[in-house]
Amino acid sequence: MAVELKMPALSPTMEEGKLARWLVKEGDEVKAGDILAEIETDKATMEFEAVDEGKVGKLLVPEGTEGVKVGTVIALIGEDEGGAAAPVPAPAAPVLAPAPVATPAPVAAVPAAAPRNMATITVREALRDAMAEEMRRDGRVFVMGEEVAQYQGAYKVTQGLLDEFGPKRVIDTPITEYGFAGIGAGAAMGGLRPIIEFMTFNFAMQAVDHIINSAAKTNYMSGGQMRCPVVFRGPNGAASRVGAQHSQNFAPWYASVPGLVVIAPYDAADAKGLLKSAIRSEDPVVFLENELIYGRSFEIAEDGDTVVPIGKARVMREGSDVTIVSYSIGVGLALEAAETLAAEGISAEVIDLRTLRPLDKGAVLTSLAKTNRLVVAEEGWPVCSIASEIIAICMEEGFDHLDAPVLRVCDEDVPLPYAHNLEKAALIDAGRIVAAVKKVCYR
Amino acid sequence: MARSGKTQTSKAAESGAEPQLRALHDRFTADRTYAASDDELLHFYEQMVLIRRFEERAGQLYGLGLIGGFCHLYIGQEAVAVGLQSALDPAKDSVITGYRDHGHMLAYGIDPKVIMAELTGRAAGISRGKGGSMHMFSVDHKFYGGHGIVGAQVSLGTGLAFAHKYREDGGVCVAYFGDGAANQGQVYESFNMAALWGLPVIYVIENNQYAMGTAVARSSAETHFHRRGTAFRIPGMQVNGMDVLEVRQAANVALDYVRAGNGPVLMELNTYRYRGHSMSDPAKYRTREEVQEVREHRDPIDHAKAELLKRGVAEERIKEIDKRIRQTVTESADFAESSPEPELAELHTDVLVESY
Repeated sequence: MAVELKMPALSPTMEEGKLARWLVKEGDEVKAGDILAEIETDKATMEFEAVDEGKVGKLLVPEGTEGVKVGTVIALIGEDEGGAAAPVPAPAAPVLAPAPVATPAPVAAVPAAAPRNMATITVREALRDAMAEEMRRDGRVFVMGEEVAQYQGAYKVTQGLLDEFGPKRVIDTPITEYGFAGIGAGAAMGGLRPIIEFMTFNFAMQAVDHIINSAAKTNYMSGGQMRCPVVFRGPNGAASRVGAQHSQNFAPWYASVPGLVVIAPYDAADAKGLLKSAIRSEDPVVFLENELIYGRSFEIAEDGDTVVPIGKARVMREGSDVTIVSYSIGVGLALEAAETLAAEGISAEVIDLRTLRPLDKGAVLTSLAKTNRLVVAEEGWPVCSIASEIIAICMEEGFDHLDAPVLRVCDEDVPLPYAHNLEKAALIDAGRIVAAVKKVCYR
Repeated sequence: MARSGKTQTSKAAESGAEPQLRALHDRFTADRTYAASDDELLHFYEQMVLIRRFEERAGQLYGLGLIGGFCHLYIGQEAVAVGLQSALDPAKDSVITGYRDHGHMLAYGIDPKVIMAELTGRAAGISRGKGGSMHMFSVDHKFYGGHGIVGAQVSLGTGLAFAHKYREDGGVCVAYFGDGAANQGQVYESFNMAALWGLPVIYVIENNQYAMGTAVARSSAETHFHRRGTAFRIPGMQVNGMDVLEVRQAANVALDYVRAGNGPVLMELNTYRYRGHSMSDPAKYRTREEVQEVREHRDPIDHAKAELLKRGVAEERIKEIDKRIRQTVTESADFAESSPEPELAELHTDVLVESY
């Protein structure tokens, strides 16, 4: 009886991977612990070991195959090698896949379909390209953080930077957030342009003193004579099944601090263009990425100066009945909701805030004046949130345009649970945005 | 732990650390006293008197309500800043300290008027009245503050040292902090990285014996602070911070070592603050006699003055300095009292550098 070997999930957020290399061939005897294959995830190349002994039957997925979904049967181990096992069509892989976040029709990796001068890259690559381009442009720019150099980035965002720029400018730190955040802020005061990577922003809580007390307040406290042009960046928000201490959106915390610039991009073009602006800025910037978006592909202009201005929101989708305001991963959910709503005859305008401080109030109020109804969608807690702030702005400055109360759609007001069903219940999704929109439209 | 620095010094150096970690201390103790010329010593004396009189006046202005908030005076510790600053190369080296920062700025030669005007919260203050006593900076002088969070300057100073090394500008950062800050975790995070990367930084612990109201022995398992770098292989030096010539000598030894690319040094300077932790501290945690004892027998200014007289420097020259300093301090106080407060428009300036 043959045992099916399935494409394994090798990280909390992995949904698919590349079967880079088979290290066994059909007919080989293997025992537990033997390495069967090398599998490339979006983060690393991992070895896939046999857990049991037996004879390798069919290798169903040839090496070099990209985009193999988690859960796909990739080989059979055991007797039954008589060709009974026809190539198994890749199943949708619900078994091991960790709560895949609904993606609003990401651009497929088919360059042929793309218009001229456009390329398709992941958000991860866009961030790396932004850093590399700015490091080529300005010798003062360097990257520092845990595993950014030799490991190529815990989430592979800094992949290749060590090779190009060397250990002087791509620096592995000990696990010591408070210390290296302070060193980064101090180096910025001393005239350099540090990019400080937090493996995730959850760990930046240990360093929050330097982000706020040292970086944000210096220019003001010194009467404008001492600047601190540092970028603190890394993934923020809920990842997948990593529990409460590793799943939190800190955007409202930092966005409440005068003296900081806070950016939370959604797609690849913004990730790149806004990170470039952040690195060039004379002000301290908190740059909030999202692990679940790192692997998503988007179209991006191939050449030219792709700097995106800080402090400007954008309309992601035009609409006339209602406005959905969001940022970061919430933008994808808002677009998905807008698609659903369109099918039901509700035209939703989707605004991506992009920068959370300074906040582009004008863009929100302009859209509100047009649609007269507004919902805020935020992957984060509801209390004292960016959503709260948007609602306050609508009350204070857009009251006359409101035809319905502004609603917020956020995560549940609880620490994020681990269990798959509870986590799903705690996190914002497109369905909840759709429901809120219908409510403000009295539908 | 108000024992005299001197008796501790030799004992501490002999025990514990491996030879290489006390090599600098040994080099320093072989000849503790900097061979200052008369003019140099007069200059040190003048700077110390300036700090003393300036701080006394600041205390008075605080009492009059002209200075608000927290105000931490440097009286008693003058020899530390003066001895160390005198050894630095102002064109290259950077300095950072905590909230007890007036003395360091004065030792840097920054105009007392703009410091006093900052204390009174005036537009002419060095931070345009927006920083106050604890938050003063002079990037022109490579003085990077003036930081109010205990221990933060240690990481920031390590970052300044990182910048020196990155730019290969030959500069050294001196990061001052107190015996209280020495118990903060980020201090050791910084020690680790500074030693790991060989950063040009001198950590100066100004051990004034009290972390606010907590005596060193009540807060610190290891009260010999110069040993606190041992786990990171950072050599330590223990110095009498009440003797400006000894401070200067130790500073030279430390700077030679750091400039040669050997990485960080940790200096413990045993000193004493005569006043409370801040203006609002009644200092009930120590006896009047203890303070009096230090004032009478270990005062850094008296010590320098006695040395000058011993050398045969005319008393007239010393009196001339005293008179000049009184004049300078009076002028700075007058300036600080009469300067206008910031325009209200200043409330919203300097929050961000750029417009978005």
